[in-house]
Amino acid sequence: MVENRPWFDFLAHAILILGVILVAFPLYVTFVASTLTYEEIVNVPMPLVPGDQLVKNYSQVLTSGSERGSAAPVGTMLFNSLVMALGVAIGKIVISILSAFAIVYFRFPLRNFFFWMIFVTLMLPIEVRIIPTFKVASDLGLLDSYAGLILPVVASATATFLFRQFFLTIPDELAEAARIDGAGPMRFFWDVVLPLSKTSMAALFVILFIVGWNEYLWPLLITSQESMYTVVIGIKRMIAGGDASNEWNLIMATAMLALLPPALVVITMQKWFVKGLVETEK
Amino acid sequence: MEKRVVFQSKWLPYALVAPQIAVTVIFFFWPAVQAVYWSFLVQDPFGLSTTFVWFQNYAELFRSSHYLDSFRITAIFSTLVAVSGILISLLLAVMADHVLRGALAYKTLLIWPYAVAPAIAGVLWAFIFAPSIGIATYVLKKWGIDWNWIVNGDQAMLLIVVAATWKQISYNFLFFLAGLQSIPRSLLEAAAIDGASPFRRFWTVVFPLLSPVTFYLLVINIVYAFFGTFGVVDATTQGGPAGTTQILVYKVYHDGVKAADLGSSAAQSVVLMIIVIALTVIQFRFVEKKVQY
Repeated sequence: MVENRPWFDFLAHAILILGVILVAFPLYVTFVASTLTYEEIVNVPMPLVPGDQLVKNYSQVLTSGSERGSAAPVGTMLFNSLVMALGVAIGKIVISILSAFAIVYFRFPLRNFFFWMIFVTLMLPIEVRIIPTFKVASDLGLLDSYAGLILPVVASATATFLFRQFFLTIPDELAEAARIDGAGPMRFFWDVVLPLSKTSMAALFVILFIVGWNEYLWPLLITSQESMYTVVIGIKRMIAGGDASNEWNLIMATAMLALLPPALVVITMQKWFVKGLVETEK
Repeated sequence: MEKRVVFQSKWLPYALVAPQIAVTVIFFFWPAVQAVYWSFLVQDPFGLSTTFVWFQNYAELFRSSHYLDSFRITAIFSTLVAVSGILISLLLAVMADHVLRGALAYKTLLIWPYAVAPAIAGVLWAFIFAPSIGIATYVLKKWGIDWNWIVNGDQAMLLIVVAATWKQISYNFLFFLAGLQSIPRSLLEAAAIDGASPFRRFWTVVFPLLSPVTFYLLVINIVYAFFGTFGVVDATTQGGPAGTTQILVYKVYHDGVKAADLGSSAAQSVVLMIIVIALTVIQFRFVEKKVQY
């Protein structure tokens, strides 16, 4: 603080509290709606204090889905989302750390070409190649499978850059010492590079887990069976018709279940999250 | 920057890059090439035969008022999302940088929406603003405003802007806060000793020092509004009413997947690819300048 201006402190707190309320308001309304009955919600205005249907709504969506929209149990969808988020996060980290290691610690023909290829994937988000990618996945028999959810999105230019950037800061003396001691490249990778990369991996994992959990367009294309929906897709399929005919109490319970896991990851691993976000810059 | 010490192996580096390159070729490059190729084809209505038509799909695209409308809609949408997101986050970050007590608590309470999927953000706001039962609709009606985004295009646009901005505030906030905290306190103290008020200090010292972050965020927010908001639109307005919220990404999906117009959808994909390439180039030229080695 530069100088003491009590009115300015007061203003700052007031604006921040207002900001926090605005940001949290949708979450609060969602939570309240998930504890009410359908009748309480459609009886305008809906109450703004939680009701007593919490256990009933959540256990219904977890085990048997909604009645009028999609009837797939949200429990299955949450499991699918978890598989996809973990698969995407771990897959991206593994293949990126390997390619970054090759690009930094070896000289070989095509090295720059490969690096350039990985870079260009940044410019080809799924949104610009929807149908051809779907066709490739379908030709390979990947529709409605976990491999299909994970494999096509598992390349990562940002993760490769981050690891490359980090490897360049590892002192050359370490590689030299390893070579003199007779360690091969993979031994050096396991015993030196990997332990040093733990921090970067943790930061990336948090970001990539959220990215994988929240992936929307790709699971929307590749899943057609309800048993393979991720929760983000499933909730959309629950919204069937006009606004009053939706079972909003169940939809809102599903929304809570869909947003809590990634939100908890952000809040409990805040330090890694901020680090990952600022370093990957994407 | 290069390593002085490297390892020797004829095959190992290729084995190490192989998984990433395989995914890149199969799921990124090959489909992208296909999209370009298909954009020169026209398929008959039954999907039985295709004809090579050069740039006919593109010519039709840019003659189509729907497509030009979609461009205009995307421009309005991304400007609103980027500008309002940046202004709100900047205000909150400046305040969070100022307060000493509770700074961490404010930060925690402001960053969690980053974790919410765009589609879920859309569902949350669509519920609050639902035409017959929404809590915000109820309040607006009390104030004499007739709110129904299902039939009113401007209101539908407002809804997707609010949902998309809400989700992005946390990202902008974190970058602004990091930028603010890297400004040396001595600069601000010097300005204060010279008698500059907090507002004067903000405009003459803080804001110019934040301009690289602001520019970076502007690019990132435009990319987000162009490509990251598909879920918001699909979970709420689905491009409606009457195409008033049909942003480019949603139109590609709609024409390709729902209307099965392959040639036109592929041509739209190629246009989007060019936009993405331009934005990425801008972003990286800037990042190169910002990062000091």
